[in-house]
Parts: sequence; structure tokens; C-alpha cells
Amino acid sequence: MSISVNGNAVQVPDDPRVSLLDLLRDGLHLHGTKKGCNQGACGACTVLVDGERMLSCLSLAVQFDGRSITTIEGLGEPGALHPLQQAFVEHDGFQCGYCTPGQICSAVAMVEEVRRGVPSHVTSDLNSNVIDFSHDEMRERMSGNLCRCGAYNGIIDAINETLKEAAE
Amino acid sequence: MIPFSYARASDVQDAIAKGALGGTKFLGGGTNLVDLMRETIERPTGLVDVTGLSSEITETRDGGVMIGAAARNTAVTEHPLIRSRYPALTRAIVAGASAQIRNMATVGGNLMQRTRCTYFYDGEGSHCNKRAPGDGCDALSGFNRSHAILGASDACIAVHPSDMCVALTALDAMVHIEGSDGSRSLPIKDFHRLPGDRPDIETMLQPGDLITAIELPASSIAANSTYRKVRDRASYAFALVSVAAALEIENGNVRDVRIALGGVAHKPWRAERAEAALRGKPAGEAAFLAAAEAELAAARTFEGNAFKVELARRTIVSVLTELSGGAV
Ligand SMILES: Cc1cc2nc3c(=O)[nH]c(=O)nc-3n(C[C@H](O)[C@H](O)[C@H](O)COP(=O)(O)OP(=O)(O)OC[C@H]3O[C@@H](n4cnc5c(N)ncnc54)[C@H](O)[C@@H]3O)c2cc1C
Ligand code: SF4
Ligand code: FES
Ligand code: FES
Repeated sequence: MSISVNGNAVQVPDDPRVSLLDLLRDGLHLHGTKKGCNQGACGACTVLVDGERMLSCLSLAVQFDGRSITTIEGLGEPGALHPLQQAFVEHDGFQCGYCTPGQICSAVAMVEEVRRGVPSHVTSDLNSNVIDFSHDEMRERMSGNLCRCGAYNGIIDAINETLKEAAE
Repeated sequence: MIPFSYARASDVQDAIAKGALGGTKFLGGGTNLVDLMRETIERPTGLVDVTGLSSEITETRDGGVMIGAAARNTAVTEHPLIRSRYPALTRAIVAGASAQIRNMATVGGNLMQRTRCTYFYDGEGSHCNKRAPGDGCDALSGFNRSHAILGASDACIAVHPSDMCVALTALDAMVHIEGSDGSRSLPIKDFHRLPGDRPDIETMLQPGDLITAIELPASSIAANSTYRKVRDRASYAFALVSVAAALEIENGNVRDVRIALGGVAHKPWRAERAEAALRGKPAGEAAFLAAAEAELAAARTFEGNAFKVELARRTIVSVLTELSGGAV
């Protein structure tokens, strides 16, 4: 029974009550992933599960036996930042930084969802697989990540920057 | 959380066998159940993880679509068959929760999420008949802005929170169930219960029953369907009122119509009175308004939620007008 966390095999906790979030923070001391509300309302605990964004607070670690988790620490580290981490620094994508790991993990998967053609609440043509990275699409798709400091404009700028770089 | 055991079901029979033990609950994505267990409102002694069972989305022989109960909500919204033939379903799912939650939530779990209100969550401080039958209901004379206007009882006025289920109700979905006495199917409009004097019992499932799939029947009307959700903020909020509808107009008259309402009742509310009032009538604002009135005549409101009657009326008319497109 093991979960891959940032490429390392990790033992599934014996007690099934341990949430994925508590395994990451208390068990593995990966403190990047944050506990904002512990009830699904803020997005601070967002991690990637086999590349898809999910909330680590609303699930039990044992549910992820056999799956691959990437946390903010696995995306990049000082000296080798993920392009989106770098863009957050350059565009003031945060103030206190508490929501930031969740924002970044969420945005990385969000971009993949758009590329895959997953529709959103503001997508007008459901029969098209080509979705614009419009301002409205981005705001709607990032609405599961709250920022109490209101750094939203910087967050959207940072995401736009990496999209532009990727397109070049 | 109180201690519990965890096991994964390898197939439907295994799930039924493991789920038959008293105190056991099935586990989908966990987005509702894990939260309620943490609050000790749900206290299962065992969880049977059913996310490994069928999550396939396939066309049926008669042109409908079968959705395995373990399908994630995102997988349903993005499926080409759903987007093109049942747009109300895609629109409803993407109006709910957040992308992260939709990636986790299963179709079975979405159907079975608890009808609830904030007092239901406040285990220590409030009276709630749904949590503890006979305890009383603090919402009746308390904060009831988000509560029901149709089909409620003096025991409970909470509303069913699902967007997906409202669309499924308008689209005549069937719920396929497997239990210890074999399999059966229920139309979704008969799947959830009104509160009556037992608000703690929310669906027709018996303990140990497993939802295996949701079936959308072949339908010509469904292609012209949509979902509108009205809420306090533009995203990531529960519905105050929502409307799923499908409309077919022939020679300017309503040939066929389906309407279901969310945010107004203990269950996804099929607006059969409105549908009956509309069939055969000339499509247009007068008939749409009369249909809305026919449904909402039975509304019973409380101090905080009287606004929902007008909101529902306007939303029904607006959605039907949108669906009637250039035809009116
Ligand atoms: C912050 C937040 C906001 C939300 N906002 C919205 C919203 O705006 N709109 C909306 O529609 N929903 C919303 N939701 C609710 C969300 O859609 C549900 O929590 C989700 O659909 C439940 O699915 P799940 O697979 O995670 O279920 P679980 O939590 O795993 O299970 C829920 C229930 O279903 C039972 N169950 C699961 N699978 C089966 C099966 N196959 N057969 C029988 N029983 C089964 C479980 O025993 C449990 O009782 C929100 C949730 C959160 C946390
Ligand atoms: S409305 Fe229902 S869920 Fe809310 S407090 Fe009353 S009984 Fe409980
Ligand atoms: S901590 Fe998980 S959503 Fe807030
Ligand atoms: S930067 Fe402070 S909460 Fe977002």
C-alpha cells in the first residue's frame, strides 16, 4: 500500500481517518500545502492527483493508494522554479502567500483542462473543443481558490504570462 | 471522526457483500461524506470505496447514454455525447462547486449528497430534525433565506444542494440500483423524498443499496435544453433558485416541455404542473408566465425566503424564453 508523493513512495497511514492533507503536512512535513478551511471552501489545500487538481482536505489519504500526488514542493524548488512559480513572483501574484501553493497547483491543472476542452460555466459553445483563455474563463475556472489578500489581478497576470511564454 | 474500517470494492457483488454490514457506507469522492464524518454528523463504522466500479459513459442500444455511478462529475460534463445531446446536464454540473470538487465527486455521490442547511452542520449549537429526529428545526424561525418554498414540512425546510440532479430530473434520467435482493431502477423524480415527518430519510435507497449507473433516455427534446443557476456570487456558491428546462416548439406552439427546479425543495423539483399548463399553448411570455404561476401557486414561504417565489417565476420565464430562441 503506497502513494507516490512528488515521486517518492510513501506508506499509506494505518489509520484511515488521516486526510490526504494531514498526511502531507503532519506525516511528511510538506508544509507548502495549506489548511485554510478544512471543509472544501477555499482551495488552499489543492494538490495534483495524477495531474488533476483536487482538494486534499476533503479526502482520506487511503483513497489515494496507488496514485501519484504532486504538491507545490514537487512542482519546483528554489533555484529551479516552475515557470508559474516564477511568474507569481514577478507579477505580485500574492501578498501573504497563504493561498499561493493552492493557486499555483490549481492553475497548472486548469491550463491542462482548457487544452483538453473541458467546458466551464462561462463557455458559450459546448460543442467546440477549442476554448479561449479569456479573462472570464480564467476567473471562473480559478473560482475554487480564494485569496483573502485579494491578489487576484496579479494571479491572473501571472497565469497569462506563462501562457504567453508557452505559446512562443 | 470516530474510528472506521476502509475497504475497496472490486466489483458490484463485492460492494453489495461488503456494504451489507450494519454501519457501513459507500464512499465516492468523499467530498460530502468525509466532511460530515469529520463533524461526526455521519458516523459510519466502515467505508466501502466504490470509485473502482464502472465509471464508463456509453451510448445505449436505443440511443440513450449510460453513466457508471463512479464517473467523476468532470468526466460527465466534458463527454461529447452529453455536451451535444444533453447540454442542460453539462451546464448544470459546471455550475456546481469548484473544478477541484467536480474532479473528485462521483455521479453516485452527487445523487446521495445530504439535503442540508447550516443548522444541520451546527451539531453542538442547533436543533435539527434531520440530524436528530424529534429535536426540532431551528431554521423554521431562524435564518431561512436559502430554504425551501415547495414541498417542505414543519419538520424540515432544507433544500437539496445538487445542480446535476436538477438537470437529470428534467431529462427523465433513470437511477439503476443493486441491492441484496437484486437490481431495480427508479425514475430520478421518484428517487429523492420530501421531508414529511422523517427528514432524516432522503432517498428511496435501503441500507446497503448501491447505485450502479444513471441512464439518460434517448430524447429529441433534450438537445434543446439548458440550466440556469441564480446565486449570491457569480461562482462557487449554492443555488438560490435554479431551472433546468427543455423545450420543443412546433408551428409556434409548445409541443413538449420539461422543467425542473433547484434550490426550492428538499429534492430536485420536477415542475409537472408548469409542464402541463404549457403543453399545446402558443410559445411566448404569457404562456411561460402562466406555467410558472401554476407551479408556484403552492409555494409556502418563510421570513427570509419569500423572495424566492418571484425569483423562480422570473427565472422560469427567462429560461423558457431563451430556449424558444427565434421561434417566438
Ligand atoms: C465547498 C463545497 C461546495 C459545493 N457546491 C456545490 C454546488 O454548488 N452544487 C452542487 O451540486 N454540489 C455542490 N457541492 C456538493 C458536491 O457536489 C458533492 O459533495 C459531491 O457531488 C458528492 O460526491 P462524492 O462522490 O464526493 O460523494 P461522497 O462524499 O463520497 O458520498 C456522498 C454520499 O453518497 C453515498 N454514495 C456514494 N456513492 C454511492 C453509490 N454508488 N451508491 C450509493 N451511495 C453512494 C455515500 O455513502 C455518501 O452518503 C459542494 C461541496 C462542497 C464541499
Ligand atoms: S431545515 Fe432541516 S436540515 Fe435545516 S435545521 Fe431544519 S430540520 Fe435541520
Ligand atoms: S483547506 Fe481544503 S478547501 Fe480549504
Ligand atoms: S496572498 Fe494572502 S490569501 Fe492569497
